[in-house]
Amino acid sequence: MKKTIAAILMAVTGATSAFAEDLNICVEGAYPPFSLTDESGDVVGFDIDIANALCAEIGAECTMVKTDWDGIIPALTERKCDAIVASMSITEDRMKVIDFTNKYYNTPARFVAAADAGLDENSLEGKVVGVQRGTIHHDFMDGEFPDVELKLYGTQDEVYLDMTAGRIDAFIADSVASLDGFINTEAGEGFAYFGPSYSIPKYHGEGAGIGLRKGEDDLKSRLNAAIEAIRASGEYQEINAKYFDFDIYGG
Amino acid sequence: MQELIPYIPLLLRGALVSISLALASLALATLLGALGAAGKLSGGRITGYMVQLYTTLVRGVPDLVMILLIYFGGQRLINDIGDAMGWDYISLSKFLAGTFAIGFIFGAYLTETFRGAYMTIPKGQIEAAEALGMKRLAILWKVTIPQLTRFALPGYANVWQVLVKSTAVVSIIGLEDLVGLANDTGKSVREPFVFMSFVLLVYLCITWVSTQIFAWLERRSALVGHHAV
Repeated sequence: MKKTIAAILMAVTGATSAFAEDLNICVEGAYPPFSLTDESGDVVGFDIDIANALCAEIGAECTMVKTDWDGIIPALTERKCDAIVASMSITEDRMKVIDFTNKYYNTPARFVAAADAGLDENSLEGKVVGVQRGTIHHDFMDGEFPDVELKLYGTQDEVYLDMTAGRIDAFIADSVASLDGFINTEAGEGFAYFGPSYSIPKYHGEGAGIGLRKGEDDLKSRLNAAIEAIRASGEYQEINAKYFDFDIYGG
Repeated sequence: MQELIPYIPLLLRGALVSISLALASLALATLLGALGAAGKLSGGRITGYMVQLYTTLVRGVPDLVMILLIYFGGQRLINDIGDAMGWDYISLSKFLAGTFAIGFIFGAYLTETFRGAYMTIPKGQIEAAEALGMKRLAILWKVTIPQLTRFALPGYANVWQVLVKSTAVVSIIGLEDLVGLANDTGKSVREPFVFMSFVLLVYLCITWVSTQIFAWLERRSALVGHHAV
């Protein structure tokens, strides 16, 4: 009996690997560092590494298909590709047309201040925190830090300017945006993140998921399992570390 | 600026795609334009209406809409037919879709160019050729086409210049042409302005070279009959 079961298991697992499926993955190639085009015209970046890791996990042969952002959803629905891995935020509007896996990342919001200010998230009372008006970060501050004094700005760039000028003690914004827009620039020298990474769905949304055609429930559940598997195996963290020095999966 | 240098070979490869696309589209447009002009000039009512429908439709719809319609709409058509017939998935190539869209659009403009050029040929010449007993094909080859070429060339050159620039629109479907690649790589290294300036120079080169070629062709074709232009 045991032998029969083993034989069946082997036949089943053997069969799945023999019929490795081919998947075309729509990627964008114009959204660094998640997806960018290199000198040879290949698409590289966090999205692509994650897509390859997930494909290896589900045993699929994947081909990256570079697609313009404006045409990426029609490309999926007209079967030019089978999945979109392009840092696409899971939104209700998109859910009307396509389906999503669970998030594979959700860039958290983080506080930024002078590296030597010695601030943490519990010592913000009495300090002035800059935030862009009407954004998710504004809602987050009102909801989670109602006692902290806020200074509101029309654009994120003004927040950066006043941070450099010392008119605010800290600011909060999307971590990747403030890394590229501020910390890694000349103006942002000597400034750093502090406190934890915040990604609370109520404020920060669902994050970026893999876009799939509606009705592909089998592929969806296998990809969801694969996301968890690479999180558990540490492969996700390895890819994450290539691009960011904090966990962008979010809480 | 130095970010651009490693990307130049890639961008030039993209320029080659743009030029090939433009030439393939021009070939298709010339064919459609000739057929359209022949249809309009034949005097047949049904062919006349069909050509009228074609030129009105094309000249009334933006290039971008036409390209999206042909690429995604065409793919859906193929999918629907394929599903009904039980075929495997057939992919419509981006290059073919682009060629078809641009050729289809500019065929309509060339229809008018060719028709106008034909009307410029004095009727008396054809009648004279008939009086000499020339066959229809001989008249077409010896009388009509040499003059048609001469009269149509300036308009044809104009259509070509516009067509070359229209190839930029095809990057919307993800074809790796000059504009598409420059857009992606420019955003990738966060220097879109530098990369687009390079695109501007390449397009200027293409149009300048083709202006020279057409000027030479016009001089050459002018010599066939008349010595003065």
